[in-house]
Amino acid sequence: MEFLIASGVGALTAAGVYLIMRGQTYPVIIGLSFVTFAVNLFLFSMGRLVVDRPPIIDPLAPGYSDPLPQALVLTAIVIAFGMTALIVVLALRGFLETGDDGVGSDSLLDTGLPDQGAVEQASGEQRERAQP
Amino acid sequence: MNHWIAAYILLPGMVASFMLIAMRYDLDRQRIVSVVATALQLMIAIGLFVQTGDGVTQAYFLGSWPAPFGIVLVLDRLSAIMILLTSVLALAVVLYASNGWDARGKHFHALFQFQLMGIAGAFLTGDVFNLFVFFEVMLIASYGLMLHGGGERRLRAGFQYVAINLIGSTLFLFAVGLIYATTGTLNMADIAVKAGQVAPGDVALLSTGALLLFLVFAIKSALAPLHWWLPTTYAAAPAPAAALFAIMTKVGAYSIIRVHGMVFGGDTGVIADTVSSWILPFALVTLVVGALGVMATRRLVDLVAFAVVWSMGSLLVAVALFDARGLTAALYYTVHSTLAAAALFLLADLITQYRGKIGEALVAAPPMARASLMGGLFFLAAIAMAGLPPLSGFIGKLLILDATRSAVLGPWIWGLILLTSLAVIIGFSRAGSVLFWKAEAMGGPHEATLSASDRLPAVVAVSALVAAMAALTLFAGPATNAFEGAVAQVLDPSGYIGAVLGVDAVAALGR
Repeated sequence: MEFLIASGVGALTAAGVYLIMRGQTYPVIIGLSFVTFAVNLFLFSMGRLVVDRPPIIDPLAPGYSDPLPQALVLTAIVIAFGMTALIVVLALRGFLETGDDGVGSDSLLDTGLPDQGAVEQASGEQRERAQP
Repeated sequence: MNHWIAAYILLPGMVASFMLIAMRYDLDRQRIVSVVATALQLMIAIGLFVQTGDGVTQAYFLGSWPAPFGIVLVLDRLSAIMILLTSVLALAVVLYASNGWDARGKHFHALFQFQLMGIAGAFLTGDVFNLFVFFEVMLIASYGLMLHGGGERRLRAGFQYVAINLIGSTLFLFAVGLIYATTGTLNMADIAVKAGQVAPGDVALLSTGALLLFLVFAIKSALAPLHWWLPTTYAAAPAPAAALFAIMTKVGAYSIIRVHGMVFGGDTGVIADTVSSWILPFALVTLVVGALGVMATRRLVDLVAFAVVWSMGSLLVAVALFDARGLTAALYYTVHSTLAAAALFLLADLITQYRGKIGEALVAAPPMARASLMGGLFFLAAIAMAGLPPLSGFIGKLLILDATRSAVLGPWIWGLILLTSLAVIIGFSRAGSVLFWKAEAMGGPHEATLSASDRLPAVVAVSALVAAMAALTLFAGPATNAFEGAVAQVLDPSGYIGAVLGVDAVAALGR
């Protein structure tokens, strides 16, 4: 079982990291989901792997499994689910508004400067207004 | 138990829910409630800060469950300083936002209060997993604030911001998993006790967990090369949101001090040393990258964003020392750079509004309305940020340089800090002369897009932040004493452990 869990976490993480590196929003979102699945599995194993034990101390049972990771995984699932929903909506809005699903950062290249003509025109107009 | 600790976190959360339910469509009332709630929070923060003056760490056991089984909130001097800073900043920002920004989209005030709740929780929690939860509360609200007002540029930058933080959250969970697997606890005080006692075979796993956690905090505090999200996000975010985000980078720095300085410090020194050897080189790179960005940028907001990256570099150089003087300097610089960054973000937005059509581009244009007031405020905020005398940036830098005098990479630190400061001064003077002096030379009438009285609360908010920096300069002595007290508590966590786990735990620790 250790081997199964470990390779599962590894495969999910590898696939997730690969997809996060892609340039489109959709693969990135799928990649993020893979990584969050991986971390959920990983959190389960942090209380050590045991089978057929109750998550509570029971005199009849031979032992118990650590209940804390299960609570943590629940929290992590809820947060990851909400975040995934948010980022899907964000990506969709972005795609619908711009017609482009690239992740690339244009904003560092796009200096936001008004083109030179507009600047000259604006200052020219104002000088004209000032002169008479 | 001191219920004000919990009240400080609960107040913004309850106010936000109340605003959503009772006054969804009534912006005027939302403004009043939000400003009043933020002012109340400031009063609680002042009260808590005064209480910590006696040096006693207070723990608040949620539901009266004993630690480490229940969740604890812990108030020590470090937390008190950080929440006081948050509240001062929040009050200025909420005043500024009430002057127009909050009308550009929905639910600004509710999101703002939720973000305050997340930040407050992150500073007060004594539990690593709760730190994760409060990080998420803070981030979820910040996604909403960042997208406030909408627009193509914001959406695009927003996707990157959410994606990088989701990756950060996942790493956080991996780190939490590793720490729990090796120490069997998530309570910070308990980890501090048990980290020194883990089986030799598990030390590597625990170090991996600590380093992963450091990676998460480095993303948050924009340590190069993980800083690329910051200029894009901050430049695209609405000005009040960007100003509030100035404290979020500091949450990252605070977490490094709290977790790697206190929890993994002391007996578990091996782990702290691993982390500290990673911080210093990258902090120096951050300095250079930030200064280059300041020199290269052609937009006012980008200039401020890169100045924030640069200031995080200086801050983390001081954190990397992990000794009393270094951390004291880091705390002073934290308070100063938060105020300076917020003032500059708000000013950049005001200047953009006053300039009208030309907006934030750093090109000469006819003079703006109220150029002398804006110019004066910009001058003050810029010299504070760049670290010129007489404002607080100078003292902060002096403390950092003094603390690094005998450090390993001492000459490098001095050289890079001084050189990059020069670059930042040049960047800001160029921006200021283009914005104000070239405009004078160009002449022409004012663009009367805004009347002078329109933005009075906004001007008051910015002036208050500048005044806070002046106060930090004037009262540098008492402030530094308070920071030294906080650092002493961080470096000797027996008070913290005693408050959370009881005196027996400290005795068992043998410190």
